[in-house]
Amino acid sequence: MSEGTASGESRVTADVDDGETLIEVRNLKTYYEQGGLLSSRPVKAVDGVDFEIKRGETLGLVGESGCGKTTLGRTIIRLEEATAGGVYYDGTDITELSADQIKEWRRDSQMVFQDPESSLNDRMTVGEIIQEPLDVHDWKTPEKRRQRVRELLETVGLREEHFYRYPHQFSGGQRQRVGIARALALEPDFVVLDEPVSALDVSVQAQILNLLDDLQEEFGLTYLFIAHDLSVVRHICDRVAVMYLGNIMELGETEELFADPKNPYTYSLLSAIPEPDPTSAGERITLRGTPPSPTDPPAGCPFTTRCPMKIRPEEYADVDDDVWNAVRVFREVLRERSRAERSIRDRARETLGLHTRFSDIDEITEELFADLDVPSDVQRHVDEAIERVSQNDEEGAQEYLESEFGSVCDRDPPADHEVSETERRSHCHRHGDDYADPASVTRMDI
Amino acid sequence: MMSTDEAVERGEPVLSVENLQTVFYTDKETIRAVDGVNFDIRRGETVGIVGESGSGKSVTARSIMGLIKSPGRVLEESSIRFEGEELTTKTERQYRNVRGSRIAMVFQDPLTSLNPVYTVGNQIKEALRLHQNKRGQEATETAVDLLEAVGIPDAARRLKEYPHQFSGGMRQRAVIAMALACDPELLICDEPTTALDVTIQAQILELLQELQDERDLSIMFITHDMGVIAEISDRVNVMYAGEIVESAPVVELFEQPKHPYTQGLLKSIPGNQSGGDRLETIEGDVPTPNEPPTFCRFEPRCPEAFDRCRTTHPERIPIETSTDEHSAACLLYPEDERRDERVRIHREQSENGPASGGEQT
Repeated sequence: MSEGTASGESRVTADVDDGETLIEVRNLKTYYEQGGLLSSRPVKAVDGVDFEIKRGETLGLVGESGCGKTTLGRTIIRLEEATAGGVYYDGTDITELSADQIKEWRRDSQMVFQDPESSLNDRMTVGEIIQEPLDVHDWKTPEKRRQRVRELLETVGLREEHFYRYPHQFSGGQRQRVGIARALALEPDFVVLDEPVSALDVSVQAQILNLLDDLQEEFGLTYLFIAHDLSVVRHICDRVAVMYLGNIMELGETEELFADPKNPYTYSLLSAIPEPDPTSAGERITLRGTPPSPTDPPAGCPFTTRCPMKIRPEEYADVDDDVWNAVRVFREVLRERSRAERSIRDRARETLGLHTRFSDIDEITEELFADLDVPSDVQRHVDEAIERVSQNDEEGAQEYLESEFGSVCDRDPPADHEVSETERRSHCHRHGDDYADPASVTRMDI
Repeated sequence: MMSTDEAVERGEPVLSVENLQTVFYTDKETIRAVDGVNFDIRRGETVGIVGESGSGKSVTARSIMGLIKSPGRVLEESSIRFEGEELTTKTERQYRNVRGSRIAMVFQDPLTSLNPVYTVGNQIKEALRLHQNKRGQEATETAVDLLEAVGIPDAARRLKEYPHQFSGGMRQRAVIAMALACDPELLICDEPTTALDVTIQAQILELLQELQDERDLSIMFITHDMGVIAEISDRVNVMYAGEIVESAPVVELFEQPKHPYTQGLLKSIPGNQSGGDRLETIEGDVPTPNEPPTFCRFEPRCPEAFDRCRTTHPERIPIETSTDEHSAACLLYPEDERRDERVRIHREQSENGPASGGEQT
């Protein structure tokens, strides 16, 4: 492992330190509008991200499903329209390109998709698939195109006779090689790899990762590598950006970030990976719950609803962890309920005053607080919230709880703090002067 | 999880699979998806089955559940004994008393095991009605308890929701709740966390371990993820092309993998590299097992292969004459014999029939 680390670092210094910026992303937002009668809230898939990709480097983009990593990758190469912000490539804003210019941009930027089953047309031969981008761009003469396809087949480790075969005759690994050959046909500078190995078995995955490594060296490619498998990212990426709910929570050099994560989310994410070593006794933080909906992200820090190191208001600093957790779940339940869809029958019954969604609020409070020794000041506020809920004032209850138990994490989005000498950035209030640093927080069992 | 010593003391296995052969007959060829598999699961033990796609893991699970449908068939030589009862000879009707109530299964994709047009509560209550004859208020209460047991807050309201209103991790929890509805003794988990994110996967693995401790469940856990296997199993069986090629207690398997395939598999995991920037790979792909084994199916990809590997079928035997906990199907073993002698041992066992040969208990 130590050798791997050393060579990883040497690669970073060789390629990146003196590297120029190839792509610059500034305050990029991609929202999807939902066409619906009842809700007009957009899905905030990417919600204001800033970073650069340097020439020749591999930038990893990791995060759970639904965090916006694929949308970000697609927006950068203009497969999706940005809502705000810019993507600059050699000084040109990609988000402003006209239709003709986009076609030109496609020569420089390509994408390899996750699923080699669905991203190749089953009715075309492998040769036709790889040649298609050349045909579209009217690349040289037809004769030279065929020649180029043969070269490409060899480059990605396939054989010339594969030209006339169909995708279904290939295994998953071979199909992904075809996808890579197609992406390379026009000699792009920049390739977005969207989970290129997650559909493959480990032994085949290793072959493809090696191939990607070789190709990068041979053609001087720049990669944006989107993945959820962190061990793969650690192996292949120079720098990593960790995404959560449309935001980049932490960005820095790979080895450093993996060895010493600064952001609470990175920390939790890394600790959740099962190690292929039955004797490992790493401390595991199991995050509760799931990420909130991107249509309704928290007003403050995106990670606030699940953060194990969330800042508590001072007056509650000594409250027992179990009680504090029960309060947290209580708030989460109210939040969940206010988002849950109501059937027409429920609505009608509510208007008639026959039933409210909160008529069973006692059950949930019973479930959460019954076995705990709740301090009177906490109990007082919980009771007040329950009172509001039973008067059908769900929002009032949520606001009340937030004003009582909330902290800066609920209210304000955190700034990006530089947290190391290598310009690592972390998106967390705890890096500010007024609070204890995430690394020093021991209360990890919440 | 429990220690292996403890497992041994518990005596009789809950499930005992012997010479399981599941074959699919297609127009083109006969595929021996599971080809002579032997293993045991003891009470309270988690047995991991690991292998790449096409290695026969899921077919093994489905064979145990009696879910093999034409053109597939479990051959007559096979034996699956569950608490001393032979399952392979059961009729469909008899099987129903076992499947779902005494052996339950959790599949990879929770959406395929949940019916989208019924509420989650309805589906859990259906299981309770069919297998435990609980109805009405009693069933609802049990269902609430089950959802709470798998860590779904606000369970009473959640029961009235439909599967699409649940998140992925929550759906898998609901499926586990359904599997537990009838208090099974054996839970078969077929890649239950593969479709989930790591943070959710961690929650589900933690949940399974809690449930196992509480209920003394035996778990058969199928996955291709070596990290998950390392975390959850007591004992691991490595499958390749329809056969178990290596079987060992989890710590030993990771510390001293013996079969060249297991060694290759462990080395190809990024982050597990011995050195250098390149990943070690196993060249080639998993073959389709379509003829009876008279040779080693891993031989074309094996770095250690020699000429006898093409003509002798390796039987799974102890890696050393002194152990019976760790076995591998490879002509390199038993390690303490000379090569000629090893080949002779494997030959002899093949001739005597696979069922009788060298199975550890």
